Amino acid sequence: MLVPLYRVAHARSGDKGDGSNVGLIADTPEIYALILEQVTAERVKEYFREICKGDVERFEVPNLNALNFILHDSLGGGGTESLKTEAQGKTHGQGLLTLEIEVPANLLKPAN
Amino acid sequence: METVRISNGQGFWGDSVDAPVELLRGGEIDYLGMDYLAEVTLSIMMRQKLKNPEAGYATDFIGFVRRVLPELVQRNVRVICNAGGLNPHGARAKVFEVASELGVSGFKVAVVEGDDILPRLPELIASGHELANMETAEPMASIIDRVTSANAYLGARAVVEALGQGALIVLCGRVTDTALALAPMAYEFGWDFEDWDRLSAGTIAGHIIECGAQCTGGNFSRWWEVPDLWNVGYPVLEASADGSFVVTKHEGTGGMVTVDTVSEQLLYEMGDPREYVGPDCVADFTSIRLDQEGPDRVRVSGIKGKPRTPFLKVSASYLEGFKASGQLTVSGPRAVEKAELTAAMIWQRLERAGVAFEPDQKTVELLGVNACLPGITAAPDEPPELVLRLGVRDHDRGKVARFGKEIAPVITSGPPGVTGFAGGRPKPQEVVAYWPALLARAEVEDRVRVSVEEA
Repeated sequence: MLVPLYRVAHARSGDKGDGSNVGLIADTPEIYALILEQVTAERVKEYFREICKGDVERFEVPNLNALNFILHDSLGGGGTESLKTEAQGKTHGQGLLTLEIEVPANLLKPAN
Repeated sequence: METVRISNGQGFWGDSVDAPVELLRGGEIDYLGMDYLAEVTLSIMMRQKLKNPEAGYATDFIGFVRRVLPELVQRNVRVICNAGGLNPHGARAKVFEVASELGVSGFKVAVVEGDDILPRLPELIASGHELANMETAEPMASIIDRVTSANAYLGARAVVEALGQGALIVLCGRVTDTALALAPMAYEFGWDFEDWDRLSAGTIAGHIIECGAQCTGGNFSRWWEVPDLWNVGYPVLEASADGSFVVTKHEGTGGMVTVDTVSEQLLYEMGDPREYVGPDCVADFTSIRLDQEGPDRVRVSGIKGKPRTPFLKVSASYLEGFKASGQLTVSGPRAVEKAELTAAMIWQRLERAGVAFEPDQKTVELLGVNACLPGITAAPDEPPELVLRLGVRDHDRGKVARFGKEIAPVITSGPPGVTGFAGGRPKPQEVVAYWPALLARAEVEDRVRVSVEEA
């Protein structure tokens, strides 16, 4: 079943220089295996195409069932230099949680 | 002592003024940390010090001291903070003044200095330290005339020394946030500064609590699950000698501490998780083990780390022109069209006046129609209203000021249903930009000084 990530994961984002970092945490190790396979750096770059002007790096944090993405050049210069309202990346995590992935029905909890 | 209770009452300058007081009064704590320095705060303090040599520290801290000094002394709750800014001696003098007014004496205040390298920049650059921007690789020499502050992030050692000399309050300038937890742990448990695993544990403990409520239910994805956010308890660590610790909060406070809330904060502002580089060590976030020990209690253990690098991080700030932004609320019907017409009119009027901005030096946002997550969230076709926000930046202050004069006129000479303009013309703000660099630690550490005085 195609479901948005917020059904099976949670996230936190913040600024990291001129880019943001987005930590994506799977609810269970089984879901972590799915996001490892499906939520690639390329996919995140494509999803954030209007926001992220640089590369996307991906790091694995298996002890937390998590992936950490760095979205380079996604804050209009970042910090005090940026003219954007969203100059801190605080919304990027919630944005990533709308990305849809394939999850076997037996791994899904009822929707909130 | 078996466990040390370490708390953080202020995640950033501008955070809750009551949180540190609530931490003090809401339960037992041994240490209270507070962060007063955002990236560019020091350049603001530089301006203050230039106008008045007795200024240059975080004056809010003095207000806090006035509220709680008798309790701090009576309960021996030790406060570690970077409120010293560019004038920790001035801050200490003021603390003693307040103590005298309150009739409190018999406590020690430490000043840690050596982080401020601004006066040494020409000499450092001349002797071959490029202080290159970590993101662009440009040498600092290219902006040297515009630098307004330059400080190295000190680690925990000087704070440990201050605690060892009996300081109740430790006033630092720029010191790494993570030292606010590591220093109490290293001091209380006598940790060796080559014990990389324990230094990493203290560093990670600091990272968890350095943003205050962001580990106790604040900014949490499943926000609807968090009880009583209005009364969120700021974090308290119960640290043990082996480097493990429990993240918790005071009884009776709102918020929650779970593996999930702590995990989110662990990943906040994270780069490569295997190599979290701090002044005291390089911590491996992939070694962390989290266990929910009970309601609002998460045990953190298993942390490993590697030796510190030969460098300290330097945070410098420099002037990069001016910016201004203005907002207007545009109601429907056809709010989007009217907002786009309004923006176009403003740029045309400015051009007629000979004022034009490069495309990457101006911005138009329609708040309510996808300003935050374009391409990801769906923009509404017919928003009932929206906020039109325009911004510009330029090295020419006059151009930015002229922009500020072009916002209000549209209220009577633009489309209808435009409102919400208050607060006068947007004024040019100086852009103080951030320059992260690395410096050989030997250049800094030999000059770090701890001085302790008693009230």
